[in-house]
Amino acid sequence: MDNNTILIGLAGVIASSPPLLFASIGETFTERAGVINLSVNGTILLTAMAGVAVTLNTGSLVLGFLAGAVIGALVALVVAFSSIALKISQVAVGFVLALLCKDLATFLGVPIVNQELNLFVNPLPIPGLKDIPILGPLLFNQNILVYASFLLIIVAYIYIYKTRAGLLLRAVGERPAAAYVRGANVNRQRYLYTALGGAMVGLAGPMFSLSVKIGWAGNISGLDGFGWIALAITIFGAWNPVRVAFGVFLINVLSWLAVVLQASLVSIPSQFLQAAPFPLMILTLLMVNISNAEWVEGILARLPDSARRIVARIFRSLRSSPPGSLGIPFENE
Amino acid sequence: LSKFKLNETTIGWLTRLGALVLVFIFTAILLLSSNVDPIKGLSLIFEGAVGSWDRVLNTWTPLLLATLGVLVTFTTGLWNIGVEGQIMLGAIFVTGALRMLEPSGLPSGVILLLAILAGGIGGMLWAFLTGLLKVYGGVNEIFGGLGLNFLALAVSNWLIYGPWSPPGVANGRTALFDSSLWLPNIPGTNLSLYALVIGIVAAVLIYFLLKGTYYGLKLKAVGKNAQAARLLGIPTSRYMLSAFLLCGFLAGLGGAMRVVTQEHQLTSMISAGYGFLGLLVGMLVNYNVIGAALVAIFFVSLQVGKAKFEIVMQIQNPGIVLDSSFTGVLQAMLVFLFLFMEGVRNRLLRKR
Repeated sequence: MDNNTILIGLAGVIASSPPLLFASIGETFTERAGVINLSVNGTILLTAMAGVAVTLNTGSLVLGFLAGAVIGALVALVVAFSSIALKISQVAVGFVLALLCKDLATFLGVPIVNQELNLFVNPLPIPGLKDIPILGPLLFNQNILVYASFLLIIVAYIYIYKTRAGLLLRAVGERPAAAYVRGANVNRQRYLYTALGGAMVGLAGPMFSLSVKIGWAGNISGLDGFGWIALAITIFGAWNPVRVAFGVFLINVLSWLAVVLQASLVSIPSQFLQAAPFPLMILTLLMVNISNAEWVEGILARLPDSARRIVARIFRSLRSSPPGSLGIPFENE
Repeated sequence: LSKFKLNETTIGWLTRLGALVLVFIFTAILLLSSNVDPIKGLSLIFEGAVGSWDRVLNTWTPLLLATLGVLVTFTTGLWNIGVEGQIMLGAIFVTGALRMLEPSGLPSGVILLLAILAGGIGGMLWAFLTGLLKVYGGVNEIFGGLGLNFLALAVSNWLIYGPWSPPGVANGRTALFDSSLWLPNIPGTNLSLYALVIGIVAAVLIYFLLKGTYYGLKLKAVGKNAQAARLLGIPTSRYMLSAFLLCGFLAGLGGAMRVVTQEHQLTSMISAGYGFLGLLVGMLVNYNVIGAALVAIFFVSLQVGKAKFEIVMQIQNPGIVLDSSFTGVLQAMLVFLFLFMEGVRNRLLRKR
């Protein structure tokens, strides 16, 4: 494998990352406010289908993406309303909606299955920057979605950690009672960020179907499961947009490597390679959670001092603990 | 307005009725959107299900087994989304055992019995993996189970297109088993009495296990509050693992039934979505085994009736196609609306 192949491969990895970045950073906002929106996988499928359908009918890519964002926000609002106003289990509602939206996507998408779509997101090289060796083709010879996703990582990080609004958001998810005492409208914040996060998840669908894998192929689109990976990456990323982005690139690079190595080194049946992101997803969760297990602590206690310190440090840096009130409804008595 | 004081039971029934009405409206919209007259469509589906009662009961067993597994894990407070994969592993193990034992010359009854047990063990192993990840790795069972679902699909596809592919063209299924290795049907019907008995016996056993045993009570304690249960001296990890094992065994049996009573081969669609459907049923019935059995039979009737509907439509009105995702949409919508209306009821009761 020569350098050029690697460069093209990595550029491909970056080009295919915006959907997962938008979905998992969107979910990060939602969960930071204390709400779990488990419907992500269904939402992505439904909006991927809707994006294609709207673009086919209106001839406008912008409207296709807009439809995705609106549908994503609506589904998320159903989750928020069910859990905040009706006190239904967030996991139950989210899971049912994940299944419902997936089947709805298949059902409503029947008329547009495999229809040719001449309109999709084109590359937009940035003059000057694209000629920088290595970085140019990797980062600046991409489409607008990739640039938008870079911007999203930075903006989301600054918003959550460096602004007053972000402080409020974290407080609402971490200690809602304390935020309430200080005058915050906890549930309004939760509606707001669930809808915002849902809209971002809703953009992920059209990002797949109008850019990464163009068109709608029904329930064999190969998109099923990515929403669950986005949810797992949110955990791996410890609800921090930068670490979430790292998780997205890690999973995508490893999945790409699996395919490349298959061609040149080992022979793994192709069926397993297609499923590679899923064991990787489990592995990432294992990395951030295993240090909480009792048996690990037991082994750690038996290690010599110096080794223990190093291992404990690695564990600490990997560990990821959720916002304090994640999944727990708030009642202002 | 305060003159109309409704009591709690009335509110309960009114919200349930409301959910039912909403389901009907939604179904009508779905059918209309596919150019099917709603009344005619529903009556065709109903007639189809009643006319194929034997097929309904035969399809019921695998879904019932998976649902029972779901109830065991729900009771323990576990979202075992990996049921789908556990069904697949059951189907894979039963297929493997049948292939292995077929040349052994054992009586086919013995082969079938051993193979069905192997199916249960296959499902158990897969569930055990999710349980280990949860208990010793801190990986939430939702993600562990989901990841393993996709891996199970990969395993079965690899077997179907690789080591177990039939001679000739690969078409997503292994070769049909010899009919001596089919679980026999009641003559003249599509119903295997053995499968039906296995399903009912399992339901009765799980009913008593959860309702009337010390073990069931402890599972419930772990499910309600694992931390409190641990403080009371219940080894929660062990109980969680045992719930996974039991669920996996039931789901694996379900997968085995899919092979020996329905498909008679391994296909990539062998789990038929029954794992997810079982989760939907479980959510609808709140740990109630009898309710689960009834809802499962209703969901299966929808599927079988829908298949009949398709056949009739092909003859009468070939232009009209109701996509196979129709039943899935309907089932998920039904569960959602009932959950939603239950929330509405609770809110109304809180307000008083």
